[in-house]
Amino acid sequence: MKFRITLLQTLVVCCLLGSLAFGQDLASFEKRTTVKKLANGLTIVVCERPEAPVFSFFTHVDAGSVQDPMGKTGLAHMFEHMAFKGTDTIGTRDYAGEKVALEKVEEAYAAYIAERDLPVGRDEAKLKQLEQAWKDAIAAADKFSAPYTNEFGKIVEEEGGEGMNAFTDYDETGYFYSFPINRLELWAYLESERFLHPVMRQFYKERDVVIEERRMRTDSNPFGRLIEQFTEEAFAAHPYHRPTIGWISDLYSFSATDAQKFFDKYYVPSNMVVAVVGDFKASEAMPIIEKYFSRIPARPKPDTATTTEPAQNSERTVVLREQSQPVYLEGYHRPDYRSPDDQVYDAIADLMSNGRTSRLYRALVRDKQIASDAEGFNGYPGNKYPHLFAFFATPIPGHKPQEIGDAIHAEIDRLKKEDISDEELQMIKTRAKASLIRSLGSNEGLAFALGQNQSRYEDWRELFRAVDRIEKVTKADIRRVANQTFAPENRTVGIIEFAGGPPAGPPGENPTVTTPPQGGGQ
Amino acid sequence: MKRTHNFSAFGFLLALSLFSVGCTAKKPVASSVPQAPTNLQSIKIPTLPSFNPPQPKRIELPNGMVIFLQEDHELPTIDGTARIRGGERSVPADKMGLTDIYGEVWRTGGTKTETGDQLDDYLEQRAAKVETGGDIDSTTVNWSCLKEDFDDVFRVFADVLRNPEFRAEKIEIAQKGMYDGISRRNDEPGQIARREAAKLVYGANNPYARVAEYATVAAISRQDLIDWHGKYVHPNNIILGVVGDFDSSKMEARLREAFASWPKGEAAKDAEIKPEPAKPGYYQVDKTDVNQSNILMVAAGITRKNPDYFAVSVFNEAFGGGFSSRLFSEIRSKQGLAYSVGGSVGAGWDHPAMLRLSMSTKSKTTIESVEALDVEIAGLAKRPIDDEEIKRAKDNILNSFVFRFDSPDKVLQEKMAYEFYGYPLDFLEKFQKGIEGVTKEDVARVAAKYFHREQMSVLVVGNVNEFDKPLSSLGTVNKLDITIPAPPKGLMPEQSEHP
Repeated sequence: MKFRITLLQTLVVCCLLGSLAFGQDLASFEKRTTVKKLANGLTIVVCERPEAPVFSFFTHVDAGSVQDPMGKTGLAHMFEHMAFKGTDTIGTRDYAGEKVALEKVEEAYAAYIAERDLPVGRDEAKLKQLEQAWKDAIAAADKFSAPYTNEFGKIVEEEGGEGMNAFTDYDETGYFYSFPINRLELWAYLESERFLHPVMRQFYKERDVVIEERRMRTDSNPFGRLIEQFTEEAFAAHPYHRPTIGWISDLYSFSATDAQKFFDKYYVPSNMVVAVVGDFKASEAMPIIEKYFSRIPARPKPDTATTTEPAQNSERTVVLREQSQPVYLEGYHRPDYRSPDDQVYDAIADLMSNGRTSRLYRALVRDKQIASDAEGFNGYPGNKYPHLFAFFATPIPGHKPQEIGDAIHAEIDRLKKEDISDEELQMIKTRAKASLIRSLGSNEGLAFALGQNQSRYEDWRELFRAVDRIEKVTKADIRRVANQTFAPENRTVGIIEFAGGPPAGPPGENPTVTTPPQGGGQ
Repeated sequence: MKRTHNFSAFGFLLALSLFSVGCTAKKPVASSVPQAPTNLQSIKIPTLPSFNPPQPKRIELPNGMVIFLQEDHELPTIDGTARIRGGERSVPADKMGLTDIYGEVWRTGGTKTETGDQLDDYLEQRAAKVETGGDIDSTTVNWSCLKEDFDDVFRVFADVLRNPEFRAEKIEIAQKGMYDGISRRNDEPGQIARREAAKLVYGANNPYARVAEYATVAAISRQDLIDWHGKYVHPNNIILGVVGDFDSSKMEARLREAFASWPKGEAAKDAEIKPEPAKPGYYQVDKTDVNQSNILMVAAGITRKNPDYFAVSVFNEAFGGGFSSRLFSEIRSKQGLAYSVGGSVGAGWDHPAMLRLSMSTKSKTTIESVEALDVEIAGLAKRPIDDEEIKRAKDNILNSFVFRFDSPDKVLQEKMAYEFYGYPLDFLEKFQKGIEGVTKEDVARVAAKYFHREQMSVLVVGNVNEFDKPLSSLGTVNKLDITIPAPPKGLMPEQSEHP
């Protein structure tokens, strides 16, 4: 129910994609991991991990907000919310009646929107009537689903589901939770049913919920405001320039019909990978999973062509003057995750950012003492398409964002002009190996990583093969990639400047207190 | 690969699928695929195989150090945590932030023989960590490493634990980081709401609510850190937990060799801290750069030692936990007022946590939302949590119970917490039995006992001029001043920029 946008979350994804492993781990996973592509095109990955009688899954849908239609930004994320609203058998008392009622809601909404968005000659009285008619139609439809609000979630919860949630990012949509192992068949039923017969009930109330999500993450959060503006500036042509949560006018426009169309087009089996990890034998689990997911009818794979972001040839800057403390962000265009240099970028991110030995920590936090935090990372805002290598730092009181930019650029220049040391290169390789090992110890983490690698490369083994590629990264690679990437004309800068405290509020009838009055105690 | 249970749920599931001929699939596909049941009811749930998670070995050294050893051979790693009694709640008011500085410089300041930077290089070459931290009731030193590097890394861990140097230049870096955090604490409305709500429940100067200021951080000296270490870091104040790919008897010998000769010291004592709640009523923080209000309705909660804890846990699940809870269904799904909404009677380990309803909603529905929460509170008496809600809540807790111990590390963390706070080591089993025994009457009783609307404080952080109605339409409003007290003169350059 969330969309992935924070830098930290981006980092997590990058770590998973960019880590390494020993050969013997791949051998062990070869024995435990089975892939099957069903006749309808859906891919199942199952991995045996008999540590405790539980399992986790991740359903990866290879469509994210990049696929949002023009004028309907936020739709991929909106559908993700709707995937919790039940089916034609879950969450309804009478689906035949409800279906008709929901169609009436769509007709009423279309009439209302048509009048609302008239460029000239809008009839306000008529608009009010149409709005009321739409609301009445919603109330009529709701009668069919009451009292089953959130029936899908209720079933998962009462059956012992753990960590049920989903995310939408620019590149993909993911659904996940964990169950005790005796619910495997129940899960296979629920998760396949969810994508076989989704129903767009209570759509417009849920749209209000999503708009509140936008207010929380973006509008009412200074850093949220910065990254929306920054991302829009960094990408001129590719859909990465649009927010995953959606522009506010689009959120107030798109319909349940639009969400259903998005589902029909992109939630096709050949666009989906379901990864399941836990305490089962693949030979026993696979037939159960196949039995349920085979029910989803095959449909043609959607056209996902997008504009390729053209080369940037001028430095761009966005400055937000806020009531909040300063922040510095900059990004450089780099190729997508399939680039032969992908692991070189990972190595640079590790060198610059990982821990107190990192170059940015040592330069900005330890030596110059101008920042409280500084890091560089890949995968912003996604990585399926050409994206950004970004740097982020928070200046400590008394220091300006521009000072931070200068200090980061000094470190970038070092990277371009001098080879990194043998110790640094070895450290990067050792750390990557260890970080992969540590990522293999949970059902959730494995389900995510195996499924995503299967989705991106059509081979889950890429999770392990990255080891060979990072092992081959040389000092010369790092200098070459730094020189070709970190050029001023390829840079977009985003800054929050402190513009003074909030304006004084109107005088009130009550005095302002620093310490609340004491109460009687409880 | 260990396997502590050997029941195959799948033999049963597979057999079931072959027998499900009574059900017809709506869209038959390839003939080789068996047909699937098309409704929930026809899917049988086999009994969950019995599962006895590995229990850590508990060792108490003669000097009072308690050690838990938990073998886990899945991955070639060994991790450990030492939790030491004494935390921020025991810090004098004029040194607030002491354990934050201490928790950072304990590690960055290095040991008697090696600087923190040298340790950084040494450990990172092994992709290992030794880190320290400070919390409200304890401080910690932990390590993580690949098995092959255990000797190297454990040596650093033990040296940091016993021989820190707290080098002055690292204290300065830690203080600057704290100043930065203080300067940013009013930037994000959710953070303001959580901080100010705690002050309403516990009292502004109470150790569970107070926050570090520029002046209190500036007052912290190297000697304070040395003194803190000298006062608290004794084996009899330490619980050490180790998890990973090792042999317990060899590890025990190794730890005895490292720590058995460490003499006992003065036991940590926690002064009793009494909440001094604010006068119930309405509190407001005006934030002009937001379009959404954060609403919190708060009072004091309970501890887990309270016999009501089990009934409260069921109540929390039904009232505010998850997709099908009352608050989620009513406030979010039916009324569309919030993305984020929740509520519970908080249960702390050794002091009352907060009873709290929270949500965020657009400025224009602020008062409407406070009233909607009021309806839910009043509804607890008018429309008590019913049998179906109780069943759902209990099923959720009990059916997902296995996730409380589905990894050796989770079991270890649980036991360490029981040890630290003086709970029986079988508290988890007691909890399960306790939940099973909760009745509808129990839930109604705790709802009535802990929810007293007139004793709650209501805090709204939002853009006051955009509210649907003034908050004062509900009652007398206290406006909270959250201005950050200015740093002492000369502490920072360009002070005018940072009020």
